[in-house]
Amino acid sequence: MNIKKNLKAIYALWYRDFKVFLREKSRVASALFLPLFWYFIFGGGVGTISTVPGNYKHFIFPGFLAMTVIFSSLFNGAYIVWDKKIDFLKEVLIAPPSRSTIFVGKMVGGMTDALLQAYILLFIGIFLGVPFTAKSIVLSMILLFMLAAGLVSMGLIIGSFMESLEGFGIISSFVIYPLFLLSGALYPLDKLAGWMKVLTHIDPATYAVDGLRHIILGASSMPLAYDVSAVLGFDVVLILVGTWAFGKLKL
Amino acid sequence: METIKTTDLTKKYGNLTAVNGLNLSVNKGEIFGLLGPNGAGKTTTLMMLSSLLKPTSGSAVINGFDVLTQPSSVRESIGMVFQDPSSDSVLTAYDNLKLHALLYNVPLGSINAKIDKVLALVDLEKRKHDIVKTFSGGMRRRMEIARGLLHEPQIFFLDEPTLGLDPQTRDHIWTYIKSLAVRTNMTVVLTTHYMEEAQKLCDRIAIIDHGSIVALGSPQELIRELGGDIVLLKGTLNLDKLGKLPFVKEIKNVDGAYRLSVENAGRNLQELLCIAGDIDLVEVHSPDLNDVFLHYTGKQMREEEGDTVEYVRDMSRASSNK
Repeated sequence: MNIKKNLKAIYALWYRDFKVFLREKSRVASALFLPLFWYFIFGGGVGTISTVPGNYKHFIFPGFLAMTVIFSSLFNGAYIVWDKKIDFLKEVLIAPPSRSTIFVGKMVGGMTDALLQAYILLFIGIFLGVPFTAKSIVLSMILLFMLAAGLVSMGLIIGSFMESLEGFGIISSFVIYPLFLLSGALYPLDKLAGWMKVLTHIDPATYAVDGLRHIILGASSMPLAYDVSAVLGFDVVLILVGTWAFGKLKL
Repeated sequence: METIKTTDLTKKYGNLTAVNGLNLSVNKGEIFGLLGPNGAGKTTTLMMLSSLLKPTSGSAVINGFDVLTQPSSVRESIGMVFQDPSSDSVLTAYDNLKLHALLYNVPLGSINAKIDKVLALVDLEKRKHDIVKTFSGGMRRRMEIARGLLHEPQIFFLDEPTLGLDPQTRDHIWTYIKSLAVRTNMTVVLTTHYMEEAQKLCDRIAIIDHGSIVALGSPQELIRELGGDIVLLKGTLNLDKLGKLPFVKEIKNVDGAYRLSVENAGRNLQELLCIAGDIDLVEVHSPDLNDVFLHYTGKQMREEEGDTVEYVRDMSRASSNK
């Protein structure tokens, strides 16, 4: 009975996020086109001087899958500050479900949004000639799912501490771009200088990009099991911290 | 039977005491009003009663559940309409209500029927599938009242339910609340700025100032307790002499005019006016809730002022909520 109650609450929050998502077509469009711009323009340009073995555009494609998840997940999670601003959060917090149920509901909503975009991009990738197989498509989808769980949680944590929408620019500069640029989405990790190597290994997105490269292109810097464990470990920590942050959430 | 009971309920923000040792008890089926000037602690009290805000000390029991130890059961028992709009304006009325029904564990099979029922109650059934952004302030408030009733709460909290609404809509909402409370034996606790609202709607009211109850009773009782008549004088008055008259119980200076509480003004007015000094204006009336409020808080219920500020804020919120 209690499980059913919680599932309904999670469904409620998902339903709302999904309805909002459907209404924000321009945001979805921009989230899809941004990685394609990078793919064609950046990939096309840098590809001419790249020493990466094989097709450079294919090399960076896994990075753009991760990029879509990084951008949408974090923005989506942090968007809870908007719920605070329009007082919608009051309606949610005064309802009977516990804070952890609300956290899970928001997580599922944010992940749906981010993953729909990433999966659409993945299918576009098939048509762009990225060498996908049925198996690598499914495995990529699972790994992206894992990445989204942690990153949406991270966004929700940041959003739950934020007081106003003005902080959004800071998230973009100090969280989203570092996560993306340090993930090795655009370059191989092997030849990096010492300090940068350390930073890339702190970035959880690095393991997702490396894992995706392993799954899609069959070549990576680290073993797949290592990548997957790192992403899962990151998920566990952020979900725990997120549940705690929601418990503290004040109006 | 009491359905709300608070014991020394207190909320402090640093040095500021918003609610100070509140002891309140509300009976089942009662319409109870919390009146007070801005910043008196009305909203803070509602937030604590609904378990959204932790009290600094003291306790509150709602429908038999403690707000501190059984917040989930408290929240299942109550419905709440906030002072500021708290619906999602990019969703339709139906979606907002459906979301609410799911959060409150309304059985899936009865959600649609219940949504239709509450929307009909507030005359919004035709706008069911319209996006809330297109609603007027009054419609949105009505929709949120409907939403609060959707899960059939035992206790319904309304924070300034008619603030910023036009008189007609306000009247409409009063009628709804009253008939609902009678029909379903639901307890209603509302905060308000409007004396008329309190007088018409409430079985009992508590006047709150600086976080404490300064008067408690039915509107009629409170007015009766005040006694006498109100004589309003403007001019250069001989206050010393007026104060010595045996039938003048109280003199208060309010916005440049003097309000005298006078026993049996009909008989004593002539004597009073003879010694009052230079008078520019005289007004006599039997006391109403406004006078009660003034007596206990020393403040006028400045409805117009409150309205403008709230209205502007509502509007700015409404426009930023797009």
